[in-house]
Amino acid sequence: MNFQKTTMAALVALAALAGVFGANAQTKSSWGPGADDAAFAEMLRTGFKNAGTVTVERLKQDETQAFCSDPETSTAKDSAKRAEAIEAANLATVKWPSDGKFLGDWKAGEALAQSGRGLTWTDGANQANGGNCYNCHQIDAKEISYGTIGPSLHQYGKLRGNTEEVQRATWAKIFNSKAANACSNMPRAGHMAILSEKGIKDIMALLLDPESPVNK
Amino acid sequence: MKKKTTAALAAILTCTALSGMPIAQEKDDTIKGIEAYREALKDGNPAELFEMEGEELWKKPTGPKNASLEQCDLGLGAGKVEGAFAQLPRYFADTDKVQDVESRLLTCMSTLQGIDVKPYIDARFNTPMKNQLVALATYISGASKDMPVKVSTAHAKERQMYELGKRMFYYQAGPHDFSCATCHGEEGRRIRLQDLPNITTKQGAAAGWTSWPAYRVSAGQMWSMQWRINDCFRQQRFPEPVYASDLTIALSMFMAETSNGAAVATPGIKR
Repeated sequence: MNFQKTTMAALVALAALAGVFGANAQTKSSWGPGADDAAFAEMLRTGFKNAGTVTVERLKQDETQAFCSDPETSTAKDSAKRAEAIEAANLATVKWPSDGKFLGDWKAGEALAQSGRGLTWTDGANQANGGNCYNCHQIDAKEISYGTIGPSLHQYGKLRGNTEEVQRATWAKIFNSKAANACSNMPRAGHMAILSEKGIKDIMALLLDPESPVNK
Repeated sequence: MKKKTTAALAAILTCTALSGMPIAQEKDDTIKGIEAYREALKDGNPAELFEMEGEELWKKPTGPKNASLEQCDLGLGAGKVEGAFAQLPRYFADTDKVQDVESRLLTCMSTLQGIDVKPYIDARFNTPMKNQLVALATYISGASKDMPVKVSTAHAKERQMYELGKRMFYYQAGPHDFSCATCHGEEGRRIRLQDLPNITTKQGAAAGWTSWPAYRVSAGQMWSMQWRINDCFRQQRFPEPVYASDLTIALSMFMAETSNGAAVATPGIKR
């Protein structure tokens, strides 16, 4: 079965990665008796099914996901080099705005920031993806229903300024959050095609446009 | 009651938003408002109706064998319901599997009543078949209310389930890179206004494990732990977990073992 093959490939890749960490990497694995790669792959194979537009292909991990799925290893001291390499690889995926303009429409950005829709098995194929921003961040202070998994972004531009340097760093963070922090909890909105270039521009404006309520 | 509390909560939130208070102060008041709302929800939990329905289903002869579930062994011997839920999931020699309350119910429906359980596994949530299982699980969990969770990992298969569940808890995948740990791996976090238990701690695991099955006020539905896990994976943008699969039992075992010693508080009530 194709899925089993790809999962096994991912796990083999994970095992190969572990070799990079040093001779005792195998014994340092966080996974206890019975949770070896073969048993885990079998649990995934029998435990998930396709639903709506979502298929089991999604269980296949990329290198970043595999690395960050073992917190004991990914936070270990001798993994620092590996984390840096993963950050560099993610940074290389960032596509800069095609017309050189970083900021779009903050009002459209606010609507995207509010929406947590898209890409679940109950969403139709035509459901537009939201940015999920307020689920984890405070942004416009008027919205009191905000999450706290990420830091507050209230007054984001006012505190940092709207320089090109800030714009580039913010763009990179939204496009691929793992470019700056290998195991960030934040999704990679551009890299994973959750948001379009226009969508990222609009959220950029919500954060950086001096007219945005975020900076009032 | 509910309406009044919601209005009070809205008033608290509105005042806070308008007054331009420092953010820390605003947060405190928001949380106080939510806590008051949750306290009020506990008055008159509709889950009791599902417990009664579950008890009726347990005692009613049905299926090709026209038998009830009363001789079902939930781990403490045939027919013993009291205290059984507090010790699930556990290893069962007759199936050679680790089972939670819902997968064990499927076994008993099959063996005692002669029912083909595949349609029950495949049925969507919030359909009559799944609602029967939720009601039965609610009844069984209620018979362990206030008892300490006491899950064992002494058997090799129980230990394996715990370890597989722990590994699954940290497994990232999908377009959003989410794992269970993304939301449930740190202390004091929220999604929007919803508090997220830190399942890696005893207190956090207990907040989750000991309160399901629970009545969800916003949905007007009774949810089992299988349903809760299903919807977590949906929001994680994962494919759909198979009902009562080893995957779901492994995660349950990880949560249950981590909350060992905490009091069972089911059936719970949620916003």
